Amino acid sequence: MTAPFSRRDALAAGFGAVLLPSTLSAQPAQKPAEFKIGVTTFLSGPASVFGVPSRKACEMLVDQINASGGIAGVPIRASFVDEAPGTDHLVGEFRRLVQSEGVHAMFQSISSGSCLACTPLSAELQKLTILWDCGTQRIFEENRWQYAFRTQGYGTPEVLAPLLYLLKHKPDFRTIAVINQDYAWGRDSWELWKTGMDAMKPGVRVVAEMFPRFGSTDFSTEITRLLALRPDVILSTSWGGELVTFIRQAAERRLHERSLMVLPVAEASMPTLGRSMPEGHIIGTRGDHWNNHPSPANPALFNGLVNSYRQRFNEWPIYPVHHMAQAMWALKAGVEKAVAAKGGGWPSDLEMANAFRGLSFPTPTSTITLREDGQGLEDQIVGLSSFNDRFPFAVPKDMIQFPGEQVSAPVGQKSTDWLKTLKPDFIASAGARIG
Amino acid sequence: MAEWFQDNGLLLGLALLDGLSSAGLIFLVAVGLNLVFGVLRIINVAHGSLYAIGAYSAASIGIFLSGRGLPDWASIPTLILSAALVGAILGPIIERLLLRRIYAQEEVVQLLVTFALFMILEDVQKLLWGVQPIHHDTAMRWLGTIDVPFGADFIPFTNYQLFVLPGIAIVTLVGLAWFLRRTLTGRVIVAVTTDREAATAMGIDAAKVFLLTFTFGAMLAALGGALSSPTAALVPGIGAQTIVLSFAVVATAGLGQIEGAALTSLMMGLGRSIAVYFEPELEVVVPYIIMVLVLLVRPQGLFGVIETRRV
Repeated sequence: MTAPFSRRDALAAGFGAVLLPSTLSAQPAQKPAEFKIGVTTFLSGPASVFGVPSRKACEMLVDQINASGGIAGVPIRASFVDEAPGTDHLVGEFRRLVQSEGVHAMFQSISSGSCLACTPLSAELQKLTILWDCGTQRIFEENRWQYAFRTQGYGTPEVLAPLLYLLKHKPDFRTIAVINQDYAWGRDSWELWKTGMDAMKPGVRVVAEMFPRFGSTDFSTEITRLLALRPDVILSTSWGGELVTFIRQAAERRLHERSLMVLPVAEASMPTLGRSMPEGHIIGTRGDHWNNHPSPANPALFNGLVNSYRQRFNEWPIYPVHHMAQAMWALKAGVEKAVAAKGGGWPSDLEMANAFRGLSFPTPTSTITLREDGQGLEDQIVGLSSFNDRFPFAVPKDMIQFPGEQVSAPVGQKSTDWLKTLKPDFIASAGARIG
Repeated sequence: MAEWFQDNGLLLGLALLDGLSSAGLIFLVAVGLNLVFGVLRIINVAHGSLYAIGAYSAASIGIFLSGRGLPDWASIPTLILSAALVGAILGPIIERLLLRRIYAQEEVVQLLVTFALFMILEDVQKLLWGVQPIHHDTAMRWLGTIDVPFGADFIPFTNYQLFVLPGIAIVTLVGLAWFLRRTLTGRVIVAVTTDREAATAMGIDAAKVFLLTFTFGAMLAALGGALSSPTAALVPGIGAQTIVLSFAVVATAGLGQIEGAALTSLMMGLGRSIAVYFEPELEVVVPYIIMVLVLLVRPQGLFGVIETRRV
């Protein structure tokens, strides 16, 4: 027989439910035996071309950091979750990792959809969350997050920098066609590009807007149409196997001789394309971490990352490797800053998160600063595809470096609103040649 | 209307050329699925995996042999032989060890089992070939391009796309039709497709027919994958993309209908190409619009026959 549940019991239970979490969070945090991180990335499906290298990088960096004493003396342990099953699955896994596994920080995600779904959990569960790769501008432009930070650039600078490069390199172009993947990034990146292009070079005619099905393996028809249209410029923010297929099919049919291609996310596909990539086209890398960076800010760190990754996995690092490394180095810098601020004591989740606001941390190529809104400012380097003796694949020449703060929307402004305010004279002042 | 054709006639011509090669590839994959579905009455979700493994194997064998001095021309027969090898190895293994155990099960169980197999084979692909894109385009490069006149301009097409893909599809269609109608084995397969119970009662060894048909279907799936490998970069997930369209073809064509699969593939290939030129937003949905329209008028499919069911 169960005792009757009185109104007084209900009130007591209600107060308890409200007060208990705040009482617990007021307890001094104990230094953990290990610092657990939950990492969400694509381990299956087409985007695993990014996800698997990022997982390898994470495992390698965890080993390296643990070998040198861990974070503030605490070894790291990483758990991985596959993003491919979708956001419902991912939200459940995020909760499980925080509430059941007791992770101290979450690293999410490659897909912008994943980040949009999971970032609110950082606030709900009050857990430090590092956005290590996704690019949607909506995260920090539509909300303020206390526990979430992005340790690399995002869609706006990653699209604006190649646009500025094009406007400097081929200022007289009159027509453009776009062929992007049919999903959020493909559509959003075209909107950002078009908004910026209309502001800085009004009157360019868009002769074709094509968004082939995500995962397409044949672009023959699209290429035929582009060959017939002969646009001055072809933009494609596609990536992975689709970009490789598009470039190979296009190169075989000499599309590159008729139009200048602008490929903001090309870097990750260059090792696969090898010599199939035509020379003289505009390529980007979602940051400044080219394998042929002419003057990295921290050469020892740069060579250490590139060489150790190549030795361990027998492949060249691509941008998700660098983005994962940035997240790991940011985590180390932020947690150690929080520990130092507490005089060696272990910080609470809130104290840890507060240490990340305004944090600057070194990367192999530069220093990234996390702004007050949580967004990282990462420089962008764009150049023309070229070959040299050092690499069996295309790397950029005639590089222009665009400082992160110059090509990012200011805090509090939406990207599309800010891009509309850009004037043609911005083109000349933006970026500086390097190398 | 006449004015529209005058303005867009040349573009329509280009769309037809693109549509033919697209239809060829769709047909090769879908016809194998249709054959298996018609005879075994199993919705084989793992058909997409056989396509992907065929593609990966052809690329790997091609890369291996090219590295050992295989002449470029030999890359085309290598594609076909790779597909035959994949089908001949995986087909009997899957049919004997797995499918044979679920023929008597409910359709939902069959669907779940082949879906599980699909998931397992997806992981096997990642274990064997990794996740970075793989490609081997010797066949396409060796055959070169041809300049097709386009008004005062010209459009380069690859000979592989323009001649090899539609050519192999046509040879497959004619060969299959001949095999099924003119040979004893083919007639036995048709008999099992038409009425399994009656065929078995007349002494046909259904188990043998199932094994043969599934192996042949696996070879066709692998052939579709192998022939796509010179033009496409191979990445995890290509099997899933293919299987959805193949199901649309099978549903539209009608159960076990080879000519139906050919006509449906042609409609869908041409429909997609024309959409890319004139209404790109519709490209993705065109095959499914065609499927819905056909099934509204003919629920049994274009060439399907209405079956009586005992109650």
